[in-house]
Amino acid sequence: MKAASFAYAKPRSLAQALELIARPGAKALAGGQSLIPSLNMRLSSPELLVDITGLDELRGIRLDKDVVRIGALTTHAEIEKSEVVKKHLPLLAQAVPHIAHPAIRNRGTIGGSLALADPAAEYPACVLALDATIVATGPKGERKIKASDFFKSLFETALQEGELLTAVEFRAQKKDERSAFLELARRHGDYAIVGLAATAGNGTKRLAYFGAADRAVLAPHAAQAKDLASAKAALAKDLQPPADLYHSSETKLHLARVLLERAWTTLSTPR
Amino acid sequence: MDDALDTTLTVNGTQVTRRIPARMNLVDFLRDELGLTGSHVGCEHGVCGACTVRVDGAIVRGCLMLAVQANGCKVETIEGLSDSGELAKLQKAFHERNALQCGFCTPGMLLAARDLLQHNPKPDREQIRAHISGNYCRCTGYQAIVDAIEEVVNGKS
Repeated sequence: MKAASFAYAKPRSLAQALELIARPGAKALAGGQSLIPSLNMRLSSPELLVDITGLDELRGIRLDKDVVRIGALTTHAEIEKSEVVKKHLPLLAQAVPHIAHPAIRNRGTIGGSLALADPAAEYPACVLALDATIVATGPKGERKIKASDFFKSLFETALQEGELLTAVEFRAQKKDERSAFLELARRHGDYAIVGLAATAGNGTKRLAYFGAADRAVLAPHAAQAKDLASAKAALAKDLQPPADLYHSSETKLHLARVLLERAWTTLSTPR
Repeated sequence: MDDALDTTLTVNGTQVTRRIPARMNLVDFLRDELGLTGSHVGCEHGVCGACTVRVDGAIVRGCLMLAVQANGCKVETIEGLSDSGELAKLQKAFHERNALQCGFCTPGMLLAARDLLQHNPKPDREQIRAHISGNYCRCTGYQAIVDAIEEVVNGKS
């Protein structure tokens, strides 16, 4: 199908972009790898598309002391190639190859993926596991939101009307911090049936699941368990996955446990 | 703010300027306005890869980019890359290994394969499969396509 008609604007400054997205019926366009399909299928019909891809200040990966700041418009391909990410955010580096396919990774952006908050997407779980901070900019300036407060429901985030997600800040992973990223999908690049982004260090684990709820979620009970068997049992308290077309809730919970088992040794073995 | 915009882009080395409706996808513009029908329109939501084109050196889905977003960009299609000879070895190998039947996926498949070889001249079969995983072929079962790409990697074609 073809998209319905809309007006299009490409602002040259963040201030101009904020003014435009405040207009009724306006929607921000970043990489467009989820928005344009939904336009093509007429699941979305904005009156005005505000193409923010000209805002170069929202692009790039910067290491400042122990904080890695990734601009919202940084593409998956740029994150995949980044030496800073490889060295300081190995979890994110492991996750990117699972996102769709090369041609999509060349355009899709981290900010777009997080702002969309697809429950089966990779980045939301990564920012939970890495305890990252989302930076939102609105008419009143910048606001920081903890990742664990950001995802509210299915495709719903803490972003308010008139705000743009402008960056993500990660604490660089420590050398002895372990991480694991595992995803089960029917074909490479498909959305996950279920996936796990996990970190461990300093005696604590953070287990973030995707494809297992209406949003990416942490599994705090399983994360606190002392051994694998009790962690797997505790997962039932953390997850009540909704069934999809092919997998029942029980299957998804089972698969979530399978991933936990596969990740457990990596997460529990000191580096 | 308009729902059509004057847009200037370079397509296969030729600069074109057109007034383009904002809602028009890049691949529709290339096909319907410029008559470059080698890039195919399959699923129109980014799954099949038949519309793969190159924008500023990087492969993209032609159905997931608005034509107006290509303003100031350098776009290359199967037509341009065939004429320049850049795809000649791959095309020969695809032909010889029967790596196509209906041919619908082939332009996108060739662009994806070329993209892989540009970034990684010595991929193994697993890497070839991963890189073309976003390009659907409903005829060949992929085996012959992977064979053809591998043949170019090994310098046999």
